[in-house]
Amino acid sequence: MADIAQLADQVAAAFPRESVSLERGAELVLRLRREALPEAMLTLRDDPRFAFEQCMDICGTDWPEKPERFEVVYNLLSLALNQRLRVVVSTDAATPVPSVASVWPSATWYEREAWDMYGIVFAGQTDLRRLLTDYGFEGHPLRKDFPLTGYVEVRYDEERKQVVYEPVALTQDFRNFDFLSPWEALTTLPGDEKVHLNRLETPKPSQADEGAKP
Amino acid sequence: MSSSSAMASEAGPLSVAADPRQVASATGAEEATRTVEVDSHTINFGPQHPAAHGVLRLILEMKGEVVERADPHIGLLHRGTEKLIEYKTYLQALPYMDRLDYVSPMSMEHSFALAVEKLLRIEDQIPERARVIRTMFAELTRILNHLLNITTYALDCGAITPSLWGFEQREHLLEFYEAVGGSHYHVNYFRAGGVAKDLPAGLTDRIAGWCEQFPKFVDELESLLSGNRIFKQRTVDIGVMSAEQAMAWGFSGPCIRASGLPWDLRKAQPYEIYADLDFEIPVGRHGDCYDRYLVRMQEMRQSLRIVQQCLARLKPGPVKIQDNKIAPPKRGEMKRSMESLIHHFKLYTEGYHVPEGATYTVTEAPKGEFGVYMVADGTNRPYRCKIRAPGFAHLQAMEALSKGHMLADAVAIIGSLDIVFGEIDR
Repeated sequence: MADIAQLADQVAAAFPRESVSLERGAELVLRLRREALPEAMLTLRDDPRFAFEQCMDICGTDWPEKPERFEVVYNLLSLALNQRLRVVVSTDAATPVPSVASVWPSATWYEREAWDMYGIVFAGQTDLRRLLTDYGFEGHPLRKDFPLTGYVEVRYDEERKQVVYEPVALTQDFRNFDFLSPWEALTTLPGDEKVHLNRLETPKPSQADEGAKP
Repeated sequence: MSSSSAMASEAGPLSVAADPRQVASATGAEEATRTVEVDSHTINFGPQHPAAHGVLRLILEMKGEVVERADPHIGLLHRGTEKLIEYKTYLQALPYMDRLDYVSPMSMEHSFALAVEKLLRIEDQIPERARVIRTMFAELTRILNHLLNITTYALDCGAITPSLWGFEQREHLLEFYEAVGGSHYHVNYFRAGGVAKDLPAGLTDRIAGWCEQFPKFVDELESLLSGNRIFKQRTVDIGVMSAEQAMAWGFSGPCIRASGLPWDLRKAQPYEIYADLDFEIPVGRHGDCYDRYLVRMQEMRQSLRIVQQCLARLKPGPVKIQDNKIAPPKRGEMKRSMESLIHHFKLYTEGYHVPEGATYTVTEAPKGEFGVYMVADGTNRPYRCKIRAPGFAHLQAMEALSKGHMLADAVAIIGSLDIVFGEIDR
């Protein structure tokens, strides 16, 4: 692998207005402004210092609490210099991200997938059909507000001799266990309020107390 | 299905062709009117077609018997793996990886396990024995995968015998899988922090015995195909991918090596113990279907060398990290030690917490670069787990590969790309 610190300096020098960071000291991340994306990607591909000939992966991520909820993550690879770079761009549901399909033809399906899964729009992408979901599917399933079970289920109807779509009917409610705090997640039973309050307010017993216990 | 394919044919080149009379009147030459007949039609290849290697639906626009446009429709095996993983702990999410590329399950687990280890920052604490076992099984998996690909690819091109022979060898390998993981395919063997169990007694001897007879089998398989006139007629100069094209389309693995680029993550960005092993990278020259076959054939021999080196390196020792917050305690300890019992309970209910961070971790899976882009938010579940499947990029280039070829060549191209829908559709 090429020297990552050196690459970090070069990337920072080439894109002075963008933020460059090192993830765990091993993976280089470049956060770009949306409008700077097409030019920056061309530079990253064609500049001999970077030579990222391959766009291995593009994917979306969803952060509903952020002002711009989506991030598009590009994982680039340079075969010539044996180095990797992650480029991150943020957007929201309405703002399109410039497409990089003219830079790397492999981007088309990845952008179609990001559109399908998150509803991220790519400006300049001529083929923005759904990719993985069913024909006529509605919604974007990898968004955090999309339920795991989905909205419709499909079965073959013997009487009508066709496949029918119906609202999801669960025989057992979907259970999403939160194992992070198994005790505090318990609701306070009627009459137990005092115990609950006391438990929260009691100061931690000191070391000496614990040692004194039998 | 029939209505949609009818629609597709209406939208084909027939409707685009300009009315010759209009063109003629515009130029003022009435007598130049002539009708051009274009024998163009759209056919629907798959999703139930034995040569489609699963549930590929390929809309082929044909001009006579020549492919004009190929539009793969994928997603018929989409199971929402990435969404499901977001709702599982790291330990529970691992078995989903087996179900991606079900032809090479352990290679899929490998990327996931390495990604979690990186995020947990324990990648340099993995015991040596675990790393050797994982490398060995990754290579056995490569042979497992290539055996299936080469033989079914030959089946697509009209040869039945290779698949009958190959499946016998595959069965031996799957028995090794069963010996370590208890199952032929969905083994769930590689874990973050090592492997699930140590090798059972006698397995190394069985693997060594299998290694003895395998070169003879490869020779025989090669004698069936490499010089076979029919097989060569079907594959040589079919689906040619230049090195530049292969890079632009995001190729990796045997497909990019067949185009003449000596790129292998095991050499370029070594993980596990690959840096210490002695093996070679076979590279093709023409980038056609035949070269992709040859590269895989040679890779099996190289993988065998690696397996033998791993067997020689196998020393007794622990097979998983000693930290009981990540790897479960020993069964015997759990019967006596309260702490072990608590660890076990916490591990299998809550799981371990992974510190905030993101990683794009890749391994050289049999099909190419298999990457896991994982975002952890500090809880016991992945916040996001994007799976980068090599076949996804390869299938996307289907149009570039098959344009101008005959319909029968499209079948050979699909076979040579090593398409498995479990990983493409996820």
